[in-house]
Order: sequence, then structure tokens, then C-alpha cells
Amino acid sequence: MKNKIKKVDLIFEKVDHLSILKKAFERTSDEIILDVIDSGLRGRGGAGFPTGLKWKFAKNEESDQKYVICNADEGEPGTFKDREILTNVPEKVLAGMALCGKAIGATEGYIYLRAEYNFLLGMLNEKIREFNKQMKNMNFEFSVFIRSGSGAYVCGEETALMESMEGHRGEPRNKPPFPTQHGYLAKPTSINNVETLVFALMIANLGPTMFKELGTFDSRGSKVFSISGDTPKAGIYELELGMSLEDFVHEFGDGDTKAVQVGGASGFCVARKHFKDTVIGFEGIPTGGSMMLFNSTRSMYNILKDYLEFFEEESCGQCTPCRVGCQQLLKGVEAVKKGIKPATYLNELQKLSETMKIASKCGLGQSVGNPFNSIVNNFREEIIY
Amino acid sequence: MTRIEEFVKEQAEKHGRERSSLMPILQAVVQSERFLSEEAMVAIATELDLSTADVFGTASFYTFLDTVPRGKNIIRVCKTITCHMKGKDAIIATLEDMLKVKLGETTSDGKFSLLQANCLGWCHKGPVMLVNDEIYPEVTPEKAVEIIREYLKKTK
Repeated sequence: MKNKIKKVDLIFEKVDHLSILKKAFERTSDEIILDVIDSGLRGRGGAGFPTGLKWKFAKNEESDQKYVICNADEGEPGTFKDREILTNVPEKVLAGMALCGKAIGATEGYIYLRAEYNFLLGMLNEKIREFNKQMKNMNFEFSVFIRSGSGAYVCGEETALMESMEGHRGEPRNKPPFPTQHGYLAKPTSINNVETLVFALMIANLGPTMFKELGTFDSRGSKVFSISGDTPKAGIYELELGMSLEDFVHEFGDGDTKAVQVGGASGFCVARKHFKDTVIGFEGIPTGGSMMLFNSTRSMYNILKDYLEFFEEESCGQCTPCRVGCQQLLKGVEAVKKGIKPATYLNELQKLSETMKIASKCGLGQSVGNPFNSIVNNFREEIIY
Repeated sequence: MTRIEEFVKEQAEKHGRERSSLMPILQAVVQSERFLSEEAMVAIATELDLSTADVFGTASFYTFLDTVPRGKNIIRVCKTITCHMKGKDAIIATLEDMLKVKLGETTSDGKFSLLQANCLGWCHKGPVMLVNDEIYPEVTPEKAVEIIREYLKKTK
């Protein structure tokens, strides 16, 4: 565990993205991938898959066409970092995609942008036109295209996103096969989060060592955090991974923090008594960047109900455990609150959330139990009375 | 050919007739008409050689691809956690009062639809609302009224 909060500036730092690419294009794809593996970079969208390995798997596939996808379907409640990154350093995102293209041998890249961010389309289209021209001038065959979402949280799930791009309902696919073998239009595809691509570019720029030296053994590097809720310092911060939640709350809390939701609606709610022994990182609680702080004026019942309403609406409805489970959890806590069901009914609901974790097809249904159990376990009395 | 059929054909020429062109075409129709009418969906199905059920099935999956008539301006107030904490209910109440509609309804002059949306990605600047594609962070009930008044002036 790292002791103090350390601010880092890799993501938003202005760099000459073309000269980084020029340098990278002179190297072999294996060298590029090895650097990313060596840096320990893990996906910044939330799931945390080792980025270098993903690139390696995609590279090793034989195919006439491969794709790079930049996942900008940032829908996790409490997360807004990708919008800030795309707004402030779009060139770095595009260059990160080209770097990935070089590494895996893809000539086309797609940005899948959520519809809620459509106001960025004009600016991004202009940047893309310019960037595609630059790639041509550098004699590197790679073009970026942009696709819009249409308001579906589940499309942030990588295979649902590809279904959507292919013109279907955004319903997640069975895995395996993974996108690196069977992705967009059934071709090998590396799909990476916006922030991950920028980190990969910075690793190509500065080498893997500087990144590896940040953070902890399990959580290398830094991460962009989206901080919101009851805090006087709401906003975007790039921080070194591996800090304790206590240090975090000391820096960002309002002095009366009773709980922090780490990792968005699908993450975990940590109560004050556990701040000290909670690490923010893959060895503790991983996060796609969302940190929502709640002070003692907030009803944890209302917060839980908000989360469950969110999942109940956003469940794609394809698999039964998630579709029915989300409805029943919501109905169940409402019934307990109203006294229609006894307090012990919460135990039944917790069992249901465990079933959802095992039986749901994708991360949405599998993770509803995270907020549910962590809030019910920590704030049971607030749910009942 | 009706106006919608012609528009769909134009879009199919522009985006292509593959299955992967379906989303861009649906989005273009919603952008221009504010919703997908039965006529539009039948036209898309014909252009792309798909079944109409398939087109409707895809469209109805997505919150932003409305299949019921909407106003010329669509107001979406974010309802998720932090915006809820920071007072989205007051924004909605004020707009309901101003536009004389309930949440989910369209004004009788067809100028506005008032809806809620899940997290719009501005949690540090709640409450936020989206009017068409424009975002308005840190709105207060007073500001919301001002913003909608501006749209009222612009909308014929």
C-alpha cells in the first residue's frame, strides 16, 4: 500500500503525438507489445485485463483484416474521465489507436462514442480527418472512423458494443471466443478503453520503467479518477494507484464522509470503518475511475434504490438471472423498507445476488451483487428502517 | 416516394446497405424526425433488405432511438445518483410546471418532450440536462427555465 496521495500527469500532458508514433513505427510490433506487457498496464475501463497480452493475442491471430476499437461508451454512473480525455487530448487517443494498429497489424480503427457525448462529434470528426491525413503522410496504413451509440449502458460491454456496431441489439455474446479471436465482423479485434490507449502511447514515449515505478506490484502506474458526490473537490484527477481509501478521503472528503462507492454503480460501497484497510487498486478494490463520496446526510437506502433502478432499466434482458434478478432485488428492498417483507428477506435477496453473479452472462448481471451486498452488509439498518 | 422514403434512401446511399449501416441510418432518421415512425422503419427494412421486425427489434433496444412521437426538442434530465443528490427532482418539477407536461410527455404544441435519462457522464457538475445534443451542467431551476425559454424562441 502506498501511503500518500500522489498526483501524476501522463494523460493530460501535451505531447507531440506524431513524433512518438514516428519513433514507434520504426520498431517491430513485438517490441511495442513487449514494452506494454513489461509496463504492467491493465485495462482502464474497469475489468483490468493486461493490455499487452490483449495486443499479443490479437497480433498472433492470422487474418486478412483486424480491427482496433476505442471503447468510449462511458456509461458507468460516476465516471466521466473518458469524456474529459477525448475533449482535452483527442490526438493522443487517436495516436494510441494507431499504435495498437501497428502492434496487432490492423489498418482500421473505430471509436464507439456514447450518444450522450454526441456534442463532441463535430470536433472529433475534424481531428480524425486531420489524423487520417497525417497517417497517410507518414506512409502508415491506418484510418480511424467513429460510430455513435444510442443510449444503452450495456454497450460498454465489449461484445455488446460490437453487436451494436454490426447493427444489432446490444446484447453481449458468449465468451469464449474472445474479441481478440472473433471480434468486430468476426475478425480479430483489440478493444481498449480511451484511457488505456493514451497510457499505451505514453509508455511508447517514455518507456515501461517510468510507468512500472508508479503504483504497486498488482496495480502499476496511475489512473484517472472521476470524483463526485459530497466533496468540495469534485472533478478529474490522475493519481498513483495503490493508495488507501483513508488517504483518499482525507484529501477529497468533506470531513463527514460516511461511505465511498468505489468503481461506480457496479462497484463496491465501503463504509467509514473500512477506509483504513481498503486499497484502491487491483489488489484491493479496482475501479474504472469512479469514486462517489457520501456524507452522513445521505440515506444509503435511496442510494441503493437508485443503483437498482439503474440496473433494472439497463439490463439488456437477454439472460434470465439478470433480467429477473434486477427486478426482484429492486422490488425486494422496496418491500422490506415498507415492512411488507420481514428484514430477514434481505438474506434471500443476498442469495439471489450470488446466483446472479454465477449465472449471468455478462459483467452487468454479475456485478449487481457488488453494490447490493456491500450496502446491505454495511448499512443494513438503513435499508430496513 | 414519400419524403421519409426518400430520406431513408439518401441515407442508405450515404452509409451503405450492409447490416452494420443500420445504426447510422436509424440515428440519422431520429436526428431529423426526432423519432422512428412505422413508415420510416418499413422504408429502412426495404432499403436494407431486412425484416421490419428486425429493424424495430434493434431500434427498440436503444433508449435514444424513440419509436413513439417526440417533440422538436427533447429534454433529458439526468436522474442517476449524484444528479439525484444534487437536486434533479427540483429541475424536473420546475420544467413540468413550465411546460405543463408530466415526465415522459410531449407538449401539446409538439415543441418539447420532457424525459429522464440514466447517467449522462457529468457527475461532478450535477444536476445536468441534455437538450437534443447540447449539454447543460450545473443547472438550477431558474437556469433551466431560461435555457428552455431560449429553445422556445428558436423553435417555430
